Amino acid sequence: MTQAASTSTPPRARRRWYILVFLAPATLIYTVFAIYPIFESLRLSLYTAQENQPVFVGLANYAKLLGEPYWADQFWNAFKNNIQLFLLHMLIQNPIALALAALLSIPTLKGAATYRTIFFLPTLLSVVVVGFIWQLILSPLWGVTPDAMKALGIGNLFRPWLGLESSALVTVTLISIWQYVGIPLMLFYAALLNVPEETIEAARIDGLNGWWIFWKVKLPLILPTLGLVAILTYIGNFTASFDIIYSLQGGMAGPNFSTDVMGTFLFRSFFGFQAQLGDEYMGATVASALFFIILVGVGCYLFGVQRRLQRYDS
Amino acid sequence: MRGFVPRTVALAVGLCLSGIALADKTVITIESWRAEDQAIWDGLILPAFEAEHPDIDVQFKPTTATEYNAALNARLAGGTAGDIITCRPFDNALAMYDAGNLADIKDLPGLENFSDVAKSAWSTDAGDATFCVPMASVIHGFMYNKDAFAELGLEVPATEADFYAVLDAIKEDGSYIPMAMGTKDQWEAATMGYTNIGPTYWGGEEGRLALLSGDAKFTDEAFVEGFRQMEKWIPYLGNGYQAQSYTDSQNLFTLGRAAIYPTGSWEITGFQENADFELGAFAPPAKDADSSCYISDHTDIGIGMNAATKNKDAARAFLEWTTSAEFAGLLTNAAPGFFSLASHDITVENELAKEFIAMRGECEPTIRVAHQILSRGEPALGNHLWTLTANVINGSMSAAEAAADAQANVDSWYKP
Repeated sequence: MTQAASTSTPPRARRRWYILVFLAPATLIYTVFAIYPIFESLRLSLYTAQENQPVFVGLANYAKLLGEPYWADQFWNAFKNNIQLFLLHMLIQNPIALALAALLSIPTLKGAATYRTIFFLPTLLSVVVVGFIWQLILSPLWGVTPDAMKALGIGNLFRPWLGLESSALVTVTLISIWQYVGIPLMLFYAALLNVPEETIEAARIDGLNGWWIFWKVKLPLILPTLGLVAILTYIGNFTASFDIIYSLQGGMAGPNFSTDVMGTFLFRSFFGFQAQLGDEYMGATVASALFFIILVGVGCYLFGVQRRLQRYDS
Repeated sequence: MRGFVPRTVALAVGLCLSGIALADKTVITIESWRAEDQAIWDGLILPAFEAEHPDIDVQFKPTTATEYNAALNARLAGGTAGDIITCRPFDNALAMYDAGNLADIKDLPGLENFSDVAKSAWSTDAGDATFCVPMASVIHGFMYNKDAFAELGLEVPATEADFYAVLDAIKEDGSYIPMAMGTKDQWEAATMGYTNIGPTYWGGEEGRLALLSGDAKFTDEAFVEGFRQMEKWIPYLGNGYQAQSYTDSQNLFTLGRAAIYPTGSWEITGFQENADFELGAFAPPAKDADSSCYISDHTDIGIGMNAATKNKDAARAFLEWTTSAEFAGLLTNAAPGFFSLASHDITVENELAKEFIAMRGECEPTIRVAHQILSRGEPALGNHLWTLTANVINGSMSAAEAAADAQANVDSWYKP
């Protein structure tokens, strides 16, 4: 085959031509709608407005973002909250998803399809709906939570969690986990179903019980999926967390900015908020900083983790 | 399906004809964030104008309030914005004027119908240019459930001492939450709380202008007292007020579960629709029987002209009409709670709106403290007061700390 290809040149030229045709739509769409805007926003972050004209200022906006207390305080507060959000998702959402996926993939489980649908349903809901429902559930005025807790005899433990600085971020995170646990669950579930039956059978014949089969056979085999879920959680925590926080806590990410994340910070900087006028250049700077944070995280993962992951082919 | 082609042809012909009919008319469009007023403009205000100016066709094209500023700026930059622009007060409109987007209309006939205070919201700091016709203001105060007051035998409070006595009586009775306010959305804390009752302690305009001239500071007793009052409100708020949103408070009050609601006249229409008890309003109570009361009569909406409009004459004719007594009357009564800023004698028909407008006669007027000039820092003081007041009511900051923080914000950039 290779010999035939190298001796006759016309088919090779034609093959190249086809590659271009197939690559063109995706390349074009990504260039116009993703790559170009990213570069444009990176470029915008190097400018500032003077008398309504953009003026090139180099990295001055970044110096402002990290140097001036007003910007730096918000930036580090949002960054810290994002990291906390990420850790909570990693420690709560992904283990729960993994445990549920492990249970669902037990072949003898009855009604697995029903459970699967139920666990995945919240993911399909609009964030605005989720925000509204949970605000009502947790409302100290009309919510079911205070009454339910009273019925259980723990009514005095109820607090307006979404309104307290100490608990708002954790509450928002738990709501987000409730909504999105279905996605890692599905990924884990699909990976677990892919574990070849022969391998499990071999392990069973070697005398391992279900518990150890999970830890010693299945888990190592789905390690690449764990890595994928980790990096998806990392990216989602910086980009998707905006929706739920904006719908639950508003653009000021209250109380006292305790639920402020990079997304809400970017929103306020770029578009402005009530009396605060928007600044597209500082907005672009925050957006670019966010881009670099994600880039570094994904880079570490790709070069540090993914290359070492071993894929077992069945 | 058979009727489709003839119908399309008829539609096209109809459109052409209406195009011909419109051809000798100048069409101008209004940019606004008051999407909820569409019916009022289309049904009442614009027909009245078009009856006088048959050659001008005015179209009201609002954008959602939260997107208004961003969308309008984008349209102005792209040259597709409407001819008439509804102006937010102070710096927002000033920035548009500075950017050359709003025309100077200082020489517009009819502007003499507005007081300098009203015009100051849409003039340059030096006062050498005015770029919007003042349209309406909203008055802050308290609304109360008249039925609840009658049931508990309570009188409308006139002084601070009365006010707390009334609140104590409601709390003791226990059948109503004394005051419907939460800190979840933060802005009510500052807008309905601090800037509502604060002027009583800093003496309205006197205190506000002293801040601008640098003679007063937020750390002065008069300004700290406003925050201290917020601390005093805490026991009268409902359970879990920290998670109570603006709509929660509105519902608490209109459902008759709370007796007093710190608010402003903009709620009149909505509340009269939703509440099935009688509503009343009272001004922020005076310090004591010898002091006068102060109200925040906040200049909220103006209307100006796109500097790049191609229909300058028609736009000016419309703006001139907005200074008339006819427009003032239509607006005030179609949207009760938004009071015309013109000096024309307007008869207000809505009973609750009357109670609010009566406060203008009894109390000294001022505007929201941080709106003029003071909100040019980072963060804008207007927004920062939201956070500070909410912090005070949530107990995470003391009155003195909040005042010091507000003054630090001003000190960081403002040189009187």
